[in-house]
Amino acid sequence: MLKNRIIPCLDVKDGRVVKGINFVELKDAGDPVEQAKIYSDGGADEICFLDITASNENRETIIDIVRKTAKECFVPLTVGGGVRNIQNITDLLLAGADKVSINTAAVKNVDFVKEASKKFGSQCIVVAIDAKKVSENKWEVFTHGGRNKTGIDAVDFAKKVEENGAGEILLTSMDKDGTKSGYDVDLLKTITNSTNIPVIASGGVGTLDHLYDGIVKGGASAVLAASIFHYGEYKIKDAKEYLNSKNVSVRL
Amino acid sequence: MNVTIVDYQSGNISSVINSFTEVAKGKVNLEVTSDIKKIKFSDKIVLPGQGSFKSCVDSLHKISGLVDTLRDFAITNKKPLLGICVGLQMFADVGYEEAETKGLGWIPGKVSRIDNQNGKFKLPHIGWNEIEIQKESKIFKDIKNKSHMYFVHSYEFIPEDKSVISATTDYSSKIVCSVEKDNLFGTQFHPEKSDKIGLKVIDNFLKL
Repeated sequence: MLKNRIIPCLDVKDGRVVKGINFVELKDAGDPVEQAKIYSDGGADEICFLDITASNENRETIIDIVRKTAKECFVPLTVGGGVRNIQNITDLLLAGADKVSINTAAVKNVDFVKEASKKFGSQCIVVAIDAKKVSENKWEVFTHGGRNKTGIDAVDFAKKVEENGAGEILLTSMDKDGTKSGYDVDLLKTITNSTNIPVIASGGVGTLDHLYDGIVKGGASAVLAASIFHYGEYKIKDAKEYLNSKNVSVRL
Repeated sequence: MNVTIVDYQSGNISSVINSFTEVAKGKVNLEVTSDIKKIKFSDKIVLPGQGSFKSCVDSLHKISGLVDTLRDFAITNKKPLLGICVGLQMFADVGYEEAETKGLGWIPGKVSRIDNQNGKFKLPHIGWNEIEIQKESKIFKDIKNKSHMYFVHSYEFIPEDKSVISATTDYSSKIVCSVEKDNLFGTQFHPEKSDKIGLKVIDNFLKL
């Protein structure tokens, strides 16, 4: 039986982890390679890097981090943030990323998703959708970290990226992100019911119960979380044992 | 020992290179190449494969003499070859991804889209799933039944002769996830992305 995945996400800015894990055993709390290794040794099913570096000049930094991480972590590695063209994807994959996640560039031009999945295979193309609730059971796609409204309906967009070859959707609720009050389960349910590709839930996790809700109530195939793992509140193992105790199948 | 990872310019093989490099450290001489001469004189070959069945087969054919060299190596000379993901799928006679495409024809069978029971099962089949070992296989030495491996695919290999199947995994039906036929080995899952247990599969292959 296919297991539900737990994916810790590391936000990386100019080569350093933002909101890093406060583990005592860490030599350098800001080193993304070291943190990724801790997660992978701890049983993470995948590792996700989100590059939030604002400037374009620093792209080499994330590529270098991916290169080093890929030599030490032998679980899938997804990298997102600033992926705008085929060259960006090529660079990340050659450095050792297994999947790339595309956000703004997919919203601007859905043909980019098609081109990328045709060239590299759907298995490595994740489309990250940032959605905000606009009315009852209606969500809109936002870009630039929730600042820019696009007028695009999130459900329509999810279906469209699936048609264009996306292998997975990484769905973040902009209303919930950073609140620690749980995923937007209605949004998740709506998107997982209207698409046939796996959906990764993101945004809002504060407790282990929230992970359970994302999978069981929201229908997500994988759950992504940042701060509950960063701050050492829970280890990956705690999350897996909790889910297992509630009959959610995970890789133990 | 010389082991060659065939680089035929199709898909992303960085992870395969990284994990084989990790396991081979100091024990095995690893080459990543499409140079036919080097392939001929290797002791073992790894055939990765990402993207569609058609794109992988097309890329193999683009390199002059490569398909024949691989056939001589694996079929005529019966030297060990490990196919990963689409690398395994290409052993088949035919694949149906994108368009009907002739495979290498090394193990009779076909590659078809996983029957997801009208959307009941999401595709691609992405993530960690348990393998159910069907017969003893040299690459599964010291690997427990029901171990977790990482999968990402939408198509499955259906061999005519079921005795080649060494493990299956459960996703809508029993999907073939590894084969062994004489010197030919193949995994649908990605040992290079399957954590320590996956590295063990690689180690077993390198130790053959």
